[in-house]
Amino acid sequence: MTQWNDNPVLTVEHLTMRFGGLTAIDDLSFNVGRGDITALIGPNGAGKTTVFNCATGFYKPTEGRLVMRRSNGEKFLLERLPDFKISAHAKVARTFQNIRLFGGMTILENLMVAQHNPLMVASNWTLGGLLGLTGYRHANRDAIDHAKYWLEKTNLLDRADLPAAELPYGDQRRLEIARAMCTGPEILCLDEPAAGLNPKESLELNELLMYIRKEHDTSVLLIEHDMSVVMEISDHVVVLDYGVKISDGTPDEVKNDPHVIAAYLGVDDDEVDEIEEEVGL
Amino acid sequence: METVKKPSLLESSVKDAGMGAFVTFALALVMVGMKVDVASGLGAELFIEYRWTAVAIAVVTVFVGRLLLNLFFWKPDNPLAVNLSGLMPSGDSATQIGKALKPVLLIIAIALPFALMFWLGARGSRQYIDLAILVTTYIMLGWGLNIVVGLAGLLDLGYVAFYAVGAYSYALLAEYFGFSFWICLPLAGILAAFWGIILGFPVLRLRGDYLAIVTLAFGEIIRIVLLNWYQFTGGPDGISGIPRPSFFGLEFKRGDGGFADFFGLDYSSIHRIIFLYYLILIMALVTNIVTMRLRRMPIGRAWEALREDEIACRSLGINTTNTKLTAFALGAMFGGFAGSFFATRQGFISPESFTFIESAVILAIVVLGGLGSQIGVVIASVVMIGGFEFFREFEEYRMLVFGMLMVFIMVWKPRGLVSTRAPSVTLSKDAKGISADLVQEGHG
Amino acid sequence: MDYFLQQLINGVTLGSIYGLIAIGYTMVYGIIGMINFAHGDIFMVGAFIALITIVALGITAATPLLLLIAALVLVLVIAMALTAVWGWTVERIAYRPLRGSFRLAPLITAIGASIALQNFVQISQGARNKPLQPLFQGGFQLSDGAGTGFAVQLSYMQILIIVTTVVLMAGFTFLINNTSLGRAQRACEQDRKMAALLGVNVDRTISLTFVMGAALAAVAGLMFLMYYGVVDFFIGFVAGVKAFTAAVLGGIGSLPGAMLGGLLIGLIETFWSGYFSVEYKDVAAFSILAIVLIFMPEGLLGKPEVEKV
Repeated sequence: MTQWNDNPVLTVEHLTMRFGGLTAIDDLSFNVGRGDITALIGPNGAGKTTVFNCATGFYKPTEGRLVMRRSNGEKFLLERLPDFKISAHAKVARTFQNIRLFGGMTILENLMVAQHNPLMVASNWTLGGLLGLTGYRHANRDAIDHAKYWLEKTNLLDRADLPAAELPYGDQRRLEIARAMCTGPEILCLDEPAAGLNPKESLELNELLMYIRKEHDTSVLLIEHDMSVVMEISDHVVVLDYGVKISDGTPDEVKNDPHVIAAYLGVDDDEVDEIEEEVGL
Repeated sequence: METVKKPSLLESSVKDAGMGAFVTFALALVMVGMKVDVASGLGAELFIEYRWTAVAIAVVTVFVGRLLLNLFFWKPDNPLAVNLSGLMPSGDSATQIGKALKPVLLIIAIALPFALMFWLGARGSRQYIDLAILVTTYIMLGWGLNIVVGLAGLLDLGYVAFYAVGAYSYALLAEYFGFSFWICLPLAGILAAFWGIILGFPVLRLRGDYLAIVTLAFGEIIRIVLLNWYQFTGGPDGISGIPRPSFFGLEFKRGDGGFADFFGLDYSSIHRIIFLYYLILIMALVTNIVTMRLRRMPIGRAWEALREDEIACRSLGINTTNTKLTAFALGAMFGGFAGSFFATRQGFISPESFTFIESAVILAIVVLGGLGSQIGVVIASVVMIGGFEFFREFEEYRMLVFGMLMVFIMVWKPRGLVSTRAPSVTLSKDAKGISADLVQEGHG
Repeated sequence: MDYFLQQLINGVTLGSIYGLIAIGYTMVYGIIGMINFAHGDIFMVGAFIALITIVALGITAATPLLLLIAALVLVLVIAMALTAVWGWTVERIAYRPLRGSFRLAPLITAIGASIALQNFVQISQGARNKPLQPLFQGGFQLSDGAGTGFAVQLSYMQILIIVTTVVLMAGFTFLINNTSLGRAQRACEQDRKMAALLGVNVDRTISLTFVMGAALAAVAGLMFLMYYGVVDFFIGFVAGVKAFTAAVLGGIGSLPGAMLGGLLIGLIETFWSGYFSVEYKDVAAFSILAIVLIFMPEGLLGKPEVEKV
C-alpha cells in the first residue's frame, strides 16, 4: 500500500517556506517512490510550485530537508546545493509552468545545451574541443544521437532545425520534457505539463510519461490540474492546501478523502463540480 | 449622419511640416542663433554673436524636407518607401549573400596592401593601409566584444578598460623589463583576462542595465587610475618609446640586419606598416576562428543559452557564474591582445585613447552589425570607421555625423545590419537562419 | 569641525544639482526602463541656454537685486522651456521609433544622441570654456575661524541652489502624486499595454516625462553655471554618469531616492576631495555605485525585485 515509503527517491521532511510573513509551505513531509509517478495536486496558491522551487534550488527553504537518493546509493541534501548542482549532480530535472525554452536556438540546440556537463568534460573544458581532439568529436556525435532519440520519442525529429520559439504550444511543452530528459535525470519534476494541451496532446503526454517511467530509471513528480492525467497515470497523489498536506495516498484513496473534497469545495463551486465529474463522484 | 472628414494629404503634410519647423525654431533659436564667446583681452567678458540666417536656413530646410517626405514617403497610401524596400535583400537571400561574401572579403583583406601599393605606390598607399589597420583593429575589438554582448548577452559598456589593460601591460612590461612584443602579447592577453575575471566576478549577477553601468564605472575607474598614478603610468603624459615589433627577430630598420637588408629589399618605412597590417589581420582572424569554433562547442552553446534564458540554464545544470566569467574573460583577453597591438603600432599611449567614447564606438559596431554576427561586425567597422576617415576634411563634423548615424541606423534596423542567427548544429544540410525577432538579447 | 561643516555645506549644494539631474534619469528609467544616456548632455544644453540668455539679457552682478532676481526667474523659465524642447526632440527622434523593440537599440541611439549633442554644441558654441562672472557674491559667515583658522561660509548662491531644489522637489512630488499626469505616468510604469487599453495616451505621457526631466536638467544647468561659473560642451558626460549613479544609489524609479542618492554622491565627492584626494573623487563615486549595486541592487529606496521562476 505504501510502497513509496519503502524505497523513496526523494524525501521531503518538515519543509517550511516563508516569504516575509506569508507561510507558503508549512511543515510538509512526503515521499516520492522510486519509479513512481507522483502527482502533487491542490487548489491554486496551495504552494505546489514552491515545493518544486525548493526541490530544484531556486528557493532556499526556511526549514526542513529534501533528501535525494540516487540509484547508485549517493545521497544529496538538496536544500544545501546551489541550483545548477542539483541538476548536475543530484540528477533532478524540471520543467516550468510558463515554458522556458531557448527560443532563438533550434530544437536540436536546446537538447545539446541540456547535455552541457558531460560535453564539457568530453571537451576537456573546451581546450580539447578547441584543438579538435577526437574524444570530443565522438562525444558530440553521441550527444546528437541522444538528442535524436528524444526528438523521435516526442515527435519533433522532422523539425529539429527549427527555432524553438516557432513551435506550437503543445510541442513546446513536449520539447521542454525532452530537454529535461537529456540531462539524464533520476527524478523529473513537471510543473503543469498538460496545461493548455488539447485532449489529443494530453493523451500523447500520458503515453510519453508512461514510456519514460517504463524505459528509463526516472521517477516523475508532477503538478497537475488536469484530473484525467492525474488519476490515470499516477501511482501516488499528494494533496496540498494552503501549504499544508491534507491527503497522501493512491489516486483512489485520495479521491474519496473527505478532506480533499472539502478543500476543493471550499475553493470554487465550478472547480468542485468539475473534479467530481472527473473522479466520478 | 455626418462622416468625419479626413484632412487632405496636402493639408496634413503642411501642418506636420509646420510643426517640425516650429520645433526646429525653438531648438535653434538659442543654440544656433546665438553663439556665446569669450572676448579677447582682459576680463574675459562674454559676448554674443548672432546668426539668424543659420536659424532661418535650418527652419526652412526642415519645413521643406518634412513636407516633401510627407507628400511622397510617409503619408501617401502607396508610398515610395514600400517600393524601395522591395529592393533590399530579404532574410534568406541575405544569408546567402553573407556566405558568398566571406571568402571575397578574406581575399580582399589579404590582397589589400599589395593592390594599394600597385596602384598608389609606397607613398600614396600608406595612409590607406594605416586606415585598414585601424579598421581591422576595430573589427578585432568588435569580435572580442561580440563574445560578451552578442553571444552571452552581457551588456559591457567598459570594454575599453581591457583594451587599456592590454596596451599598458605591454608598454610597462617593455619599459620595466625590456620584454619584446612577442613575449608581451600573450602576457597582455592573460593580464586582461585576469582583470576581466576580477571585475566580472562581483558584477556578473547584476542584470542588464545595471551591469552596463557598473562596467562603465569600472572602465572609468581604470582610466582615472591610469591618469593619476603618475609615477607608474606617466599620468596624462602617457608612455612613449614603446618598442616596435620585429619580424621573427628582424627589425624594421635601415641598414644591416634589418628586415629590408635580410630580404635584399630597399629599405622603406612601408614594410613595417604592411607587416603591422598583416599582424592585426592574423590576430583578428584568430579571434574569429576561435569564436566560431567555441560557438559550436558546449561552452559557446551555454553562452547563447544564457542569453536566451538564464533560469532554464540553471535548471539544466549549467554553472551560470562560470559561464559568464569565461565569456567575460575571453572577451577581455581579445581586447587585451588588441590593446598591445595598439601600443606597439602607436609607439605611444596615454589615457586619452581609452575614454568611454571608445567603448561606445566598439559597442555600436557590435550592435549596428547585428548582435552575434561576425560578418556584421566587419560591415559595421568598415562603414563606421573606414567610411568615416574619408571625411577627414570635415574633422569638426565627424563625431556629430557619427552620433547621428548611430541613431539613424538603429532606428532603421534595430536588430542591426545582419540579423539572422545561424544554428550552431544542424541535422539537415539546408537549415535556415533564425530570424532575430526570436532571439533574445540577454538579461544580464 | 569647521572644515567638516564647510564640506557638508558644499556637499549638499553639489548633491542638490546631482539630484535634479538624477530625477530625469529615474523618471525615464521608471517609465520605459532605459538609461537615457543623452540626459547628461541635455543638462549641458540647458546650462548653455541659461548662459546665453544671461549674456543676451545683459545680466551682471551690477544689476539691482530685485531686477536681478526677476531676470534670473525669466532665464530659468526660458531655459526650462527651450531645454524641454530639446528633451522632447531627442525622445521623438531617437527613442520613440524604437518603442517596444529590442532593448539594446534605444541604448545605442541614446549613446549616439549623446555623442551628437556634445559635438553639435562643440561646433555651434565653440570648444572653449565659457566663464561667467559671479552674479551673487557674499553670504553668511557661520564661523569666523577664530579658533581653528578656518572660516565657514554659506554663500547666497548655495542657499539659492538648495532652496530652489527643495521647492522644485516638493512641486514635483505633488505633481506625480496628485495629478492625472502623475497617475498616467505611474500607470505606464506598471504596465504600458494595459494603460494604453484603459485610454492613457502612452506616447504623450512618455514625451511629457522627457520634457519634465529636461526642464529639471535645465534648472540643474543654471545652478551649475552659477555655482561653478564655467561651462563647456563636455560637462554633460561626467555629471550625467554621476547623476545616474545617484539615481541607482537611491533606487531607480523612486523620486525621493534620486534626491537622496544625489545628496549622497555630492557628499561623498566633496568629503573625499576634502579629506583624501581630489584626483580620485570620481573613483570614490563609481566605487560606491559598484558596491551598492552588488550588495543591494534595488538601491536605498527602491523596490526589491523578486525573481520569478
